[in-house]
Amino acid sequence: MLRREMNAPRDNIVEIRDLHFSRGARKIFDGLNVDIKRGQVTAIMGPSGTGKTTLLRLITRQLRPDHGTIVVDGVDIANLNKAELYKLRKRFGMLFQNGALLTDLSVFENVAFPLREHTNLSNRLIRHVVLTKLHAVGLRGAADMMPGELSGGMARRVALARAMATDPDILIYDEPFVGLDPISMGVIVRLVRRMNDALGISSILVSHDVDEISTVSDCSYLLSDGKVAASGSPDELNRASSELVRQFMHGMADGPVAFHFAAPDYAEQLLGRDSE
Amino acid sequence: MPRELWITFVEFVRTFGALTLFLVELLIQVPRVFVRRFRLIVAQVYNAGSLSLVIIMVCGAFVGGVLALQGYANLTRFNAEDAVGIFAGFALIKELGPVITALLFAGRAGTALASEIGLMKATDQLSAMEMMAVDPIRRVVLPRFLGGVIAMPLLTAVFSMIGLLGAHMVGVMLLSIDVGAFWQQMQSTLDLRDVSEGILKSVVFGVIASLLAVWEGYNAIPTAEGVSRATTRTVVLTAIAVLITDFMITAWFLR
Amino acid sequence: MKKTRTVELGAGLFALLGIGALFFLTTQATGGDDFAAKEVYTVQARFDNVGSLKPRAPVSMSGVTIGRVTKIEFDPDVLNAVVTMSIDKRYDRIPDDSDASILTAGLLGSQYVGLQAGGSDFYLEDGSEVLFTQSAVVLENLIGKFLVGNSGKDDDE
Repeated sequence: MLRREMNAPRDNIVEIRDLHFSRGARKIFDGLNVDIKRGQVTAIMGPSGTGKTTLLRLITRQLRPDHGTIVVDGVDIANLNKAELYKLRKRFGMLFQNGALLTDLSVFENVAFPLREHTNLSNRLIRHVVLTKLHAVGLRGAADMMPGELSGGMARRVALARAMATDPDILIYDEPFVGLDPISMGVIVRLVRRMNDALGISSILVSHDVDEISTVSDCSYLLSDGKVAASGSPDELNRASSELVRQFMHGMADGPVAFHFAAPDYAEQLLGRDSE
Repeated sequence: MPRELWITFVEFVRTFGALTLFLVELLIQVPRVFVRRFRLIVAQVYNAGSLSLVIIMVCGAFVGGVLALQGYANLTRFNAEDAVGIFAGFALIKELGPVITALLFAGRAGTALASEIGLMKATDQLSAMEMMAVDPIRRVVLPRFLGGVIAMPLLTAVFSMIGLLGAHMVGVMLLSIDVGAFWQQMQSTLDLRDVSEGILKSVVFGVIASLLAVWEGYNAIPTAEGVSRATTRTVVLTAIAVLITDFMITAWFLR
Repeated sequence: MKKTRTVELGAGLFALLGIGALFFLTTQATGGDDFAAKEVYTVQARFDNVGSLKPRAPVSMSGVTIGRVTKIEFDPDVLNAVVTMSIDKRYDRIPDDSDASILTAGLLGSQYVGLQAGGSDFYLEDGSEVLFTQSAVVLENLIGKFLVGNSGKDDDE
């Protein structure tokens, strides 16, 4: 695709350098380096529990790193005050795992929410914008429904419309494919790609659905043990020789990521020799 | 053992400090939220107040009735059944009105607040607001807190009034205490100081009950179990805090 | 929008009911009318024994409350109790030879100060002292005197 080449100057919208973060005694990131390129869909992959969602929360500064820098569009986010932070966050659109729609507002009001909070647009204009965004995700007809009445896939599409409402520069998807039927999954995959290309924004996608990521991402990072284990285009990863990458990309049960959680010797435990 | 006690004590002080800071943070933002989000507050007054009215009125009527019965049963031994009005009035306006209303409020509105905020947290709604650059304290927590603070004194007044009417029904209509004696004895004994003690209590209890509810909800562990524990803690902590403060305020007024 | 309207109506009704209840409590349940004079004058009276008289006890004449006890002190020089009373300005023609006694409302009721009008042409005014007083009847003293055979006369001045 020609546009993708055009939209990809050698320019990073997010740069993470030497990131360290731990929860209690557990080290989650240990010197992580990640570049998110402007105008591309970047996927962050990794086995469960490698802190993919944590990374998103660090990028949006819902959490603070122990050490290291995160630069978003040339600004180091570590030292922002609350007003500057909120200004920065207006440039992000985030899609949470389950949509995180506000349950006491209708679909329409959910999408209108960021507009009502941050702009003084007239009701007519808001209506116009909201219906346009809902139309883009194919749910204009559901405007008057409440979030509780939506299926999982629909809720996520509404959340996407809401994330798009204020025309952000960076869209973040946290596990957008989890728990969806194949049709809804296909819809979301196409939406991710289309939003990114049509609006010229940058997307960050956290997932472990290898197949979907392969079809949608320009560049993928595979995290393991708090570091980047591998990175590159989906093709490059598929052809990679590293054991870990192969295990992950092809879904093998045992490999560098052991099937068994650390445990005492099986035979010994069964025979009860370690009881003392 | 002493070491564990010490740790528990330090943890208690820390929690209390965090709670105080939380309250200060809320109070600082009150004027702003009051102006900009008045409609949200109105909606929360409806949730905490209007929806609790029925339970408050039913309980008030029966508590008043019981006071009249008990008062009559005991005062009649001294031929002082005329004083049932004084008895019921004092008990309702100064003690039972504020305390029982606060306990009912914790059970009805406090748990609803805690579980609502806890669930919003568990389903990432609060994080979503943060990400949309909307402060959940202002949008979610404060309107609910203020709704509770506004609703409580009004609910207490309704409770006491209905309680007096309940005492009137039982005392005057059922036990045939003289209606004039019932009300006049009460009026000549109670004064504005007693009523203001009741109002002060209801305001303080309103702050305590609402604060603990939003605090527990906001700090709930974002899982189903965490939310259910937060609602339970809301009721228990509110009951303890209300009864302790009730004692302190009563002692203060007796000086 | 219909829902918003219901909510606002409900909240409004609730607030009105609550304010109405507050009004009810402050007006109907209390005797604010009992003694709420804004303008008062102060008189004093000395008693050998005030019994269980408390501040805020009523001061009454012919059964009508005309004032309140504001302060009860012990005078270490004269060794008796000084009771300060505020009396409604409307009752400014109380003869200055009236006498004050500490009485009990009913057998077990609380104590109050009763004023009995005298015949003087001069009236009590702010700062004056009621000279004729009768102390509280202390039940134990009465019984004690009765047992010893003394008639229980217990008044002074």
